[in-house]
Amino acid sequence: MSESTTPAALQVRGLRKAYQDVVAVDGLDLEVRRGECFGLLGPNGAGKTTTIEICEGLTTPDSGDVEVLGMRWSTQAMALRQRLGIQLQDTQLSDKLTVFETVRLFRSFYHQGPAAAEMIDLMQLGEKRSSRVGSLSGGQKQRLALACALVGAPDLLFLDEPTTGLDPQARRQLWDVIDAFRGEGRTILLTTHYMDEAEKLCDRVAIMDHGRQIALGTPRELVASIGGEHLVEFSVGDKGRALDTETLRHIEGVSDVRLDADTGNVRMQVDELHRAVPALLNEINRQGIPLTELRTHSATLEDVFVALTGRHLRDE
Amino acid sequence: MSSFADRSLAQLTVVRFREFLREPEAVFWVFLFPILLAAGLGLAFRNRPAEVLKIAAVSREIVAPLRQEKLLDVQALDATAAETALRAGKVALVAEPGSGGAVVYRYDDTNPEGRTARMLADRALQRAAGRIDPVSSSDRLMSEPGSRYIDFLLPGLLGMNLMGSSIWGLAFGVVDARRKKLLKRLIATPMPRYEYLLSFLLSRLAMLVIEVSTLLGFGVLVFHVPVWGSLAGFMALCVLGSLSFSSLGLLIASRARTIEAVSGITNLVMMPMWILSGVFFSSQRFPDIIQPAIHALPLTALINALRANMLQGASLGQLWPEAAVLGAWLVVGFTLALKLFRWR
Ligand SMILES: Nc1ncnc2c1ncn2[C@@H]1O[C@H](COP(=O)(O)OP(=O)(O)OP(=O)(O)O)[C@@H](O)[C@H]1O
Ligand SMILES: [Mg+2]
Repeated sequence: MSESTTPAALQVRGLRKAYQDVVAVDGLDLEVRRGECFGLLGPNGAGKTTTIEICEGLTTPDSGDVEVLGMRWSTQAMALRQRLGIQLQDTQLSDKLTVFETVRLFRSFYHQGPAAAEMIDLMQLGEKRSSRVGSLSGGQKQRLALACALVGAPDLLFLDEPTTGLDPQARRQLWDVIDAFRGEGRTILLTTHYMDEAEKLCDRVAIMDHGRQIALGTPRELVASIGGEHLVEFSVGDKGRALDTETLRHIEGVSDVRLDADTGNVRMQVDELHRAVPALLNEINRQGIPLTELRTHSATLEDVFVALTGRHLRDE
Repeated sequence: MSSFADRSLAQLTVVRFREFLREPEAVFWVFLFPILLAAGLGLAFRNRPAEVLKIAAVSREIVAPLRQEKLLDVQALDATAAETALRAGKVALVAEPGSGGAVVYRYDDTNPEGRTARMLADRALQRAAGRIDPVSSSDRLMSEPGSRYIDFLLPGLLGMNLMGSSIWGLAFGVVDARRKKLLKRLIATPMPRYEYLLSFLLSRLAMLVIEVSTLLGFGVLVFHVPVWGSLAGFMALCVLGSLSFSSLGLLIASRARTIEAVSGITNLVMMPMWILSGVFFSSQRFPDIIQPAIHALPLTALINALRANMLQGASLGQLWPEAAVLGAWLVVGFTLALKLFRWR
């Protein structure tokens, strides 16, 4: 592969940013290669927005080094801005302008890029061209924000939680648009706390927690790194303390067993479901413990996060 | 990226304009309200013809000479009827014959109408009896354009309107964009930051032409308010005033994050000027000791300069002290605002 010889689109070393009482980013290293879609995945407050806004030149870090498209914010800010597309987590565009007027305004800031009308069609907002921004649905607003980010034909696109709060259909529509942009060989850095989004869009993912990177790789590598492709979850109710987990670990293809003795919930990572489940049922039966629930699913990035931190990505 | 309309400064300015025009309340307060106010106050304080006063005369001989006075409506009544009419307030004065050809006036001297009637009645009787006034006098009535209340009021309303729309236009626009994180989004683009602020001033100037010409046009057409001074000087004053109020607006908006905060500060800044700067009545009525402070206020300077231009035909050269006050606010306001300004 030529990856090692192409200079990185984004290079971050030893990044640190503290607010009064929290360390938002705590010694972070990142490398985003040209042409890839890189995902920053993490729970609320992990430091994703802080990281991405430092990369966008909107926040100054306490320490660390950021190089974007081979340039630095301190010396080449204007040239950089011409080449970046940015979508912030919580911008409200002016409600009183129409879709066309908004995109045309943003277009006027850039030297290059498609015409406003063309951009609007590309984002599938053609019918809403003359509608006021205030009258758009959540998904349409999000696509408009994306249109404003893309209208300067950026080399590097930053998206901070592009689909948060959208319904599944609107999310899929947005993914299509982002995918189309990627097809043109441009680079994307996006943050999300939806693992399905990261799995669908990203070539590589960094999982963040408390301002640090705790895992890095392709979604497939990350899922594989926790040992099993499937997860088996079952509950034995109040018999948690009676359960002998050691024998469960020795079942063929089982790589990890976690018991929460208080609730009696057990999570196992498993390679081959069709062998492990019958063996598991036999063993539980042998121990004479009644099973109250049994679920299995394929491992996701969510499971990676749980395996690494013991917590869930979204704390509902 | 060829046409002028697609340049960022043009786009930003046009957007400001659109946002304003699509806000019905703002359009009402800036364009309609001052006209309604001018119309209402102009009608309420219009100069009415002097009223005719009703009096009663008890003796027949004095009725005829009293009727020579056009401002008196004289009724001939007997003594008791006259007494009743006076008590009921139907007449302001009763003239009765006294001893030896004398006349007695009965009236309430705390009532201005009674006092006026006394003077008019006495003058009519004395003249009829042959008195010749030693000093000859004539009247010139104060109803020509330039000296009525509406003439005084209109420059005041113009100044108040420029203050309100400039301060509000800037402060509200900037804080609303900051609150919505739109400011942050804009500085994430290559937009030159000064263009953003400049677009507010440019759209203000365009709006100013409309604002001033509607209110002034209304005053000139409906009330025949005069503009003795040069129109160029008048416009220059409006522009200078608008710019210095805009700089105040920018200063107010430099840090505020919420609409509540910005309305609070804006009212705090404007309220003293509404009261002290002589919009509705002359600021000379306030005690001498605070006059220097009142004259240092930008609204006082603007209104005084506009009045001098419109009503006395003063040239810009004569108005340099007012222009200096406005210029000082402009420079100090902008310098401070740019130092304090937060983009996020
Ligand atoms: N301006 C600020 N002032 C003080 N603390 C801040 C500020 N911005 C962020 N923080 C804190 O820094 C930490 C990281 O915040 P950040 O917004 O980067 O998280 P995030 O991963 O984007 O979270 P989310 O998924 O909720 O968007 C949080 O604890 C947050 O409270
Ligand atoms: Mg965030």
